[in-house]
Amino acid sequence: MKKLNFGAAFKLAATAIVASSFSIVSTASAEKTVKIGYAVSKTGQNSAGANITTVPNYKLWVDQVNKGGGLKLPGGERRKIEVIEYDDRSSSEEAVRAVERLAVRDKVDFILPPWGTGFNLAIAPLMDKHNYPQLAVTAVTDKAPQFAKRWKKSFWFLGGGRDYATELSNILKSAKDAGKINGKISVVSVADGFGIDLIKAARPALKDAGFDLVYDKTFPIKTSDFSSMINDAKSKGADTFIAFSYPPHTFALVKQAQVVDFNPKIFYLGVGVGFPVFEKIAGKNIDGIMSLGGVNHKSEAFQKYAKTHMDLLGSPPDYWASSVTYASLQMLEQAIGRVGLDREAVAKEISSGSFDTILGNIKLKDNQLRTLWFAGQWQNNKFVGVSPSSREGATDVVIPKARWVKN
Amino acid sequence: MLMTTLMIGLVLGGTYSLAALGMTMQYGVARIMNLAYGELMITASFATFVLFSTFEINPLLALPAVATGGFILSYVIYGLLMSPLAKRASDAGALEVDSILVTFGLLFLLQGILLVIFGADFTSYTFLNTPVEIFGVVLAANRLIALVAAVVLGGGLYLFINNSRWGRNLRAVATNPENAPLVGIDLERTARTAFAVGGMLAALAGVIVSMFQTFTATAGVIFTMKALIVVIMGGVGNFMGALLSGLILGLVEALVSSYIDPGLTLAAVYLIFLVILLWRPQGLYGKG
Repeated sequence: MKKLNFGAAFKLAATAIVASSFSIVSTASAEKTVKIGYAVSKTGQNSAGANITTVPNYKLWVDQVNKGGGLKLPGGERRKIEVIEYDDRSSSEEAVRAVERLAVRDKVDFILPPWGTGFNLAIAPLMDKHNYPQLAVTAVTDKAPQFAKRWKKSFWFLGGGRDYATELSNILKSAKDAGKINGKISVVSVADGFGIDLIKAARPALKDAGFDLVYDKTFPIKTSDFSSMINDAKSKGADTFIAFSYPPHTFALVKQAQVVDFNPKIFYLGVGVGFPVFEKIAGKNIDGIMSLGGVNHKSEAFQKYAKTHMDLLGSPPDYWASSVTYASLQMLEQAIGRVGLDREAVAKEISSGSFDTILGNIKLKDNQLRTLWFAGQWQNNKFVGVSPSSREGATDVVIPKARWVKN
Repeated sequence: MLMTTLMIGLVLGGTYSLAALGMTMQYGVARIMNLAYGELMITASFATFVLFSTFEINPLLALPAVATGGFILSYVIYGLLMSPLAKRASDAGALEVDSILVTFGLLFLLQGILLVIFGADFTSYTFLNTPVEIFGVVLAANRLIALVAAVVLGGGLYLFINNSRWGRNLRAVATNPENAPLVGIDLERTARTAFAVGGMLAALAGVIVSMFQTFTATAGVIFTMKALIVVIMGGVGNFMGALLSGLILGLVEALVSSYIDPGLTLAAVYLIFLVILLWRPQGLYGKG
């Protein structure tokens, strides 16, 4: 009995395999795909950032393109996207290996970038060697102009530390000139890539603007308790508190400042302020807090994007690099639509063409996006772009921040 | 100023001590070097977060339930994974090496499960982030709870281990596992209970830490590292040592941060760690 059943099952399975292999062949011949690969930090210490800013936008974009029939090629033909995804486990060596594999073994048509400045720099030579355009979105570096020259098919979307520091210093200077704040600043910064970049640029900029840095300390990346630092910063009589921090620090700093009732007129924190979770952490005290980035909430394109992001992924986008990531994918899509799958031509098109995106019309300058929000502020429970103030959709910055209330 | 720094240091140290108590039990008595210790803490943090944000259960009320969960989970883990190792191990050293390998795997298993369920996002909620004034120093109530819990649990366990029959069994198993059965101690059961109590303490620490610290599914290793330093510095298996060395580390961090430079806190912690181990290789309270 047992044997008989087994035999029948085997026959059935064999028929199924034969049938299904035919169907694979037939669909494959009817429908060619565009292979797009990427390696991101799905696990490890970078995974939180990657899974907020990068991965959701890749998923959203692929989903939308495929639902719309696929990527449009110049002849009008549409091809669906086939994704090959690797986890770099938050190790840049692993990211490099995965990119090599995507290029050599998987032979994908395009490679999307990993999350983070260091990772984008790590894979840049390899992307160049294998002739892939690199849309380095989540990379903040002052050296972007040099990198763009060295690797001609690399594109840099988030500006450099100097851009953010200079804009912040401009905001502070006009507040001081208007008599809204005194000339003292307390600043802390994380002793790691991004924090070092920003504080290096901020020190001279703030000093040139006539400020006195009464408390200026760096802290190790693994710091979890900021009681001492907040107390010391508070005791110096500065009206402005700046922290160039990573998300866990950002969250701890805002909590600690509320506990000891440290109420500077300007409260500026680093990465994490634009994350959806920040609303829960700062609670009622969110309004007035400033940070890097921002968005134009009045833009219909952004509203539509935020809604689809929420609908498909169950969470809103972050308010700094999420929309820039999505816009970079729109650029890739449109470039492919104009010149096809030839990577050289696509890179040239991204470099020189202009594109309709959720951030408006974008044209890169020397392979860099320069129309960016360098400073934003929470106002009426929205993180709005405040600087550059000349940019369309900019909101006036509010100084001083309201005093903390009890959550 | 000094008072503020001292209080801040004690409160910070309280967190370190609290995180290390469970490992003291698991490593010191059950002889299991549990590398998945931090993951268990994080699991408890997530459980508290879910209970608080979805069911609006006060984390302090959730604490007994989550701690019990930690006990049961660790009891089962010991039965499934550690017990076979303990049986075949020829001596304590072999068990230590085997347990490191097995719990290293367990670390990734737990982390993977957490990632699938909760994703890699930063998780944080606000609870008892209210100022409390002690000796003129303003502290966060949630961090103060960690200090109180560490002192009560650390002191209590120390007294209990030194003054009760069960405590004597534990000490016997910890110091001389080969001979403990000769005096009628059930080695397997004692070690299993000790491991489960350690898991309970880890879960308890996870609940309290989640009240003030942002956590992610992959943050467990940070807690394991800190707990390991505290345990080794205090003397393996000694609760008073764990309590004291945690507080010392917290004080050192706060003093260095205020009087020297916040950038040197980590360096200072490792310096103190090295100095104490050079002076007393067996740890502060360890028996040489």
